[in-house]
Amino acid sequence: MPPDAEDAPLIALSDLAVGYDGEVALRRLSLAVRRGDLIGVVGPSGCGKTSLLRALMGEVEIYAGRSERAAADGGGGLRIGYVPQVETVDWNFPITVEQVALLGAWREGRWAPWAGRRARRRAREVLRQLGIESLARRPIRALSGGQQQRAFLARALISDPQLLLLDEPTSGVDIKTSHEILHELRELNAAGVTIVLTTHDLNGVASHLPRLICLGQGTILADGTAEEVLQPTLLERSYGQPMLVVKRGPETYVLPVPEEAPGAHGEHDAAADDDLTVIGRDDGDA
Amino acid sequence: MLEPFEFGFMQRAMIAAALIGGITAAIGVFVVLRRLAYIGHGLAHSIFGGAVISFVGGINFFIGASVWGAISVLMINLASRRPQIGGDAAIGIVTTAAFAIGIAVISRARTFTRDFEAALFGEILGISEQDLWITLGMVALIAALLTLWWKPLVFITFDRAVAGAYGISINRVEGVFALALAATVVASLQILGVTLIAAALVIPPVTARLLTDSFPRLFLAAVGVGVLTGWLGVYLSWFVDVSSGATVVLTQTAVFALALGFERLTRLRARSGARRAERLAGLERALSE
Repeated sequence: MPPDAEDAPLIALSDLAVGYDGEVALRRLSLAVRRGDLIGVVGPSGCGKTSLLRALMGEVEIYAGRSERAAADGGGGLRIGYVPQVETVDWNFPITVEQVALLGAWREGRWAPWAGRRARRRAREVLRQLGIESLARRPIRALSGGQQQRAFLARALISDPQLLLLDEPTSGVDIKTSHEILHELRELNAAGVTIVLTTHDLNGVASHLPRLICLGQGTILADGTAEEVLQPTLLERSYGQPMLVVKRGPETYVLPVPEEAPGAHGEHDAAADDDLTVIGRDDGDA
Repeated sequence: MLEPFEFGFMQRAMIAAALIGGITAAIGVFVVLRRLAYIGHGLAHSIFGGAVISFVGGINFFIGASVWGAISVLMINLASRRPQIGGDAAIGIVTTAAFAIGIAVISRARTFTRDFEAALFGEILGISEQDLWITLGMVALIAALLTLWWKPLVFITFDRAVAGAYGISINRVEGVFALALAATVVASLQILGVTLIAAALVIPPVTARLLTDSFPRLFLAAVGVGVLTGWLGVYLSWFVDVSSGATVVLTQTAVFALALGFERLTRLRARSGARRAERLAGLERALSE
């Protein structure tokens, strides 16, 4: 039986092994995505971050374990919105921002080739919410990276998803836009949307999220708060490179360091600044 | 000027060419945007093989050739998803193999005496009223498939990688697309012939692509170009005394050249407008200093 109680997880993976064409991409995945979660998935390129999102969507081959989903609030299947990496899109396709958003509502008026009035109204609402209503009639390929991300976010939001999955939503955008996107996601989360996103940006994005999952060696290495997960030893296991974790007040910074650098293996100097803490990899073992 | 309209065979030919011009352009929009421009050419050959097998097996040509073509498109889709193969090679392998099967059947069935010249080059002026009704039925079927599956087809063409995540059954949509494309090629065989179908699938959508950045407008413009050039091509063929299929394709090519010139002119005008505005702004700055 799928979990359906109010406090039951939206998705629960138990000892899951998944992959493509008979090749295992991730194994021993045990994870619960609870209502209201805002989760970041971190790890090096090729570690399986996208595969984890696809496992949550049920878009991978399952070789072992179990995946359970809650029902949608009004019955039916769990409503999931997915924002892919923008690289997957055919940029030569002639499509406007509004038309991209409307794709997410393809089920409304399923057999009609045009979008219904309700879907159009909802598309305008979502575009306004994301601050890109004025771009509704612009071709998507003419937009900046941040605006394109918002257009794909609009496509995901138009069907009022309970769970929003985003693959590298801040990839290829500047720091300001990255902060704006993160801010918008926080607002959505505060409004009740459960969010799981992947990111390679440990400092600008991951360290600001309440819950992190760190992937490495084909499985989940850690699942906890940013403070628990952003630990030098753990990050070195995941990324295969020594890492320094620097804390300055509430902020956490992760710095990759060369093998031979002082501090790379815990032999670091104390920080000159009083409120600056540098954690070598051995300090995080506790 | 009205002379061609006085003859029944010309009236039927103009209606059929407009219908086929419109439907090949409609399905051609998806073909072009999926970067499968050569699928029309290959598929026409593949269906030629299917036609032979239908004849030898005593199966209705339209049904046998359409099913044969749809299977070919599905196999092309399947093979082209392998990065080691790619779309162009998949088209080359599947369609020539399907064609070769037809040739093999001909060489085995020695009593085979069917004349396929009409299928190669089209025989639009020879179509009967019954052929016209069949063409109309095929066009209506294809138009219905495209209309009913419009939204998933657009989604998959734009962003195939995530369509499954949005609840679209990719295999089912691919199956519908394969059937619609194969039926289009089958319906076009008698009008345009194997050798000219590829042009009718590709030229109107590419022409429309030069004129707009909106998908619905692109689709309508492509269908408009297809219908107009289909009709006009047959009409003009009366006066220039050239094969009607060839005249249709040459008319489409002329419209494409016009659209290309128009697009180039628009771009040049925009560029010179920007230069003039910058010069004026510079002059204003100089004057204010």
